[in-house]
Amino acid sequence: MTPSSRVKTLTIDGRPVSARSGETILKVARENNIFIPTLCHMDGLSPVGACRLCLVEIKGSSKLVPACITSIFEGMEVSTKSEQLDKYRKMILALLFSERNHVCSVCVSNGHCELQTLAQTLGLEHVHVPYLYPVMDVDASHERFVSDHSRCVLCTRCVRVCEEIEGAHTWDIMGRGAEAKIISDLNQPWGFSESCTSCGKCVHVCPTGALFEAGKSTAEMTKRQFLPYLSLMRGEKND
Amino acid sequence: MPKTIHIDPVTRIEGHAKITIHLDDKGRVNDARFHVTQFRGFEKMVEGRPFTEMPSVMARICGICPVSHLIASSKACDRILAVQIPTTAILLRRVLNLAQLVQSHALNFFHLSAPDLLLGMDAPVDERNVFGVMQKHPELAKKGIWLRKFGQEIIEWLGGKRIHPAWVVPGGVNAPLASDKRDAILKRIPEAIQITRDALDLYKRILDDFPEETRTFANFPSLFMGLVNDKNELEHYSGTFRFIDAAGHIVADRVSPRDYARYIAESVEPDSYLKSPYYKPMGYENGMYRVGPLARLNIVDRCGTPLADEEWAEFRSLGRGAVLSSFHYHFARLIEILFGIEMIERLLNEPDILSKDVRAVARVNNHEGIGVSEAPRGTLIHHYKVDEHGLMTWANLIIATGHNNLAMNRGVLQVAKHFVDGKNIQEGMLNRVEAVVRAFDPCLSCSTHAVGQMPLRVELYGAEGELLDRKERAS
Repeated sequence: MTPSSRVKTLTIDGRPVSARSGETILKVARENNIFIPTLCHMDGLSPVGACRLCLVEIKGSSKLVPACITSIFEGMEVSTKSEQLDKYRKMILALLFSERNHVCSVCVSNGHCELQTLAQTLGLEHVHVPYLYPVMDVDASHERFVSDHSRCVLCTRCVRVCEEIEGAHTWDIMGRGAEAKIISDLNQPWGFSESCTSCGKCVHVCPTGALFEAGKSTAEMTKRQFLPYLSLMRGEKND
Repeated sequence: MPKTIHIDPVTRIEGHAKITIHLDDKGRVNDARFHVTQFRGFEKMVEGRPFTEMPSVMARICGICPVSHLIASSKACDRILAVQIPTTAILLRRVLNLAQLVQSHALNFFHLSAPDLLLGMDAPVDERNVFGVMQKHPELAKKGIWLRKFGQEIIEWLGGKRIHPAWVVPGGVNAPLASDKRDAILKRIPEAIQITRDALDLYKRILDDFPEETRTFANFPSLFMGLVNDKNELEHYSGTFRFIDAAGHIVADRVSPRDYARYIAESVEPDSYLKSPYYKPMGYENGMYRVGPLARLNIVDRCGTPLADEEWAEFRSLGRGAVLSSFHYHFARLIEILFGIEMIERLLNEPDILSKDVRAVARVNNHEGIGVSEAPRGTLIHHYKVDEHGLMTWANLIIATGHNNLAMNRGVLQVAKHFVDGKNIQEGMLNRVEAVVRAFDPCLSCSTHAVGQMPLRVELYGAEGELLDRKERAS
């Protein structure tokens, strides 16, 4: 047994589990079929801990930690469910919904949207913060794809997949806070981007209808799960 | 002292409206106005959105007839794609549109208008509703609900859901029809026809109970407008515009829907969110026209299906030229239900109906598109302009209820003058004023889709009817 594969034991929601050293709480939880909500996380991409939906409680710590980037340790006691976590997760979703213009009923991703599914799974029935209704552009300049910033949750999956898998680094983030916005190249219309290879990976990792294939109508945009296969093909291990 | 009566809200219609009746010193009706009090703004809010979203977005204008908007909108989008739409897609869209016509007409006749027609205009208010109809005529109420369900189920079987299906898309529809669904619809046709024929018999029996209403419910000369097919028969999906006058003479014929703006202009009234379209060549004063079932049956040379044609002959005998009384919208609606069911059967028996070739795919090939269809309440026009990427830059919608606005206003005044006695106001009098509006079956949520250029006036009246305060907001 190599030192890196040393087995650690811990409990998640009272269940004793074991895992290899260096694994994240999220990975261990998923291996044991314990649900932790995520939005910015995607297997095969580097984790960023941005959306905070995967926050969990650790006994002995007053802070909530994001499960996607927190490594396990021996004797760790993790809670993935509590009244407080439930409240915070709903609050995060409510803030995401209120920050942009998410109109599920007419969205290309209606029925296939991770944000929508999370709201349903976590039981978000009302948004109690005022909607901002920002005026957001739709960029339809690309030959095959459209980006609708109204539906973007700034998860940065597109940025990461483009840089880490495709190697094009077309996408980036401009601005701060509520002003932050995904841009292609140096804030050029997508159709004028010189770096974009039109591979479409960003479109298929987008959790919402923010990036979609041109010509798709309501509820027609389904996303492909290609990253696990890509990782397998490259012979990469998931650890 | 002059007095004002407000009927607010007008009940048993789709949407929000009020009626103001102005009385003179002697309590006689001086003027009456129909105001639409709700405001939507679709034409503005779609700017900058991809046109591929339009059928779904525009369908949200209405929960009663979303299919009508889906059809008109997708037809406008078809023009933007500028491609040939597969025949089967057109057949399926036609079936969907007719199913919508059947369910909406059934809703108006059995749920909204039957209380007036079966229980009487003067029946007590707490009985004069659909529940009152259920108590006094349970069999008829059940049939009415069944007939509406028949239409709604077709929409669900074709489109996936009853309200706001996303099935109709630019270029066609997004899934073919399954044979078991077709058979299920065909199986229900005989019962649907029987129920409609029974309702027609009943209507003809009770018609004699409403001589005054028939005479005064928006009964005046006007133009009539609607689509006809190349055989001058009833048409709800494609075809060309025909305008006729009160004598039944053709004023304009074979007008391409693309030329609508040469024939129809819209004026804005200061006291309503609903615009008033008129026939442009005759001007605002004389250009009042009516649309919807009454107009459609007035403009055609025949319906085009056997049972509906028999009833149509009887309908046309009600007037020497065009049938002018808006009370007969009810009759026309029932005939159209019959036509819709017969035509659905015919379309479903077309050999290509189950073909899987139901969608043409293309990019933006045209920067402007006009889509026209006949909605239950009349002609529906969607007109879009897009940029080179297919993002909406401009939209104009002219909706059935809007076309009828001038006629509804005149109808309200006519009924108010005839029935309302300012010295001895009875509830039944005011109900008749509402009932004339109901005869048109207006859909106000649909028709107030515009934004801007709409002055709003709020008037505050004292208990004695004196005007206390007035605020005016110009555009």
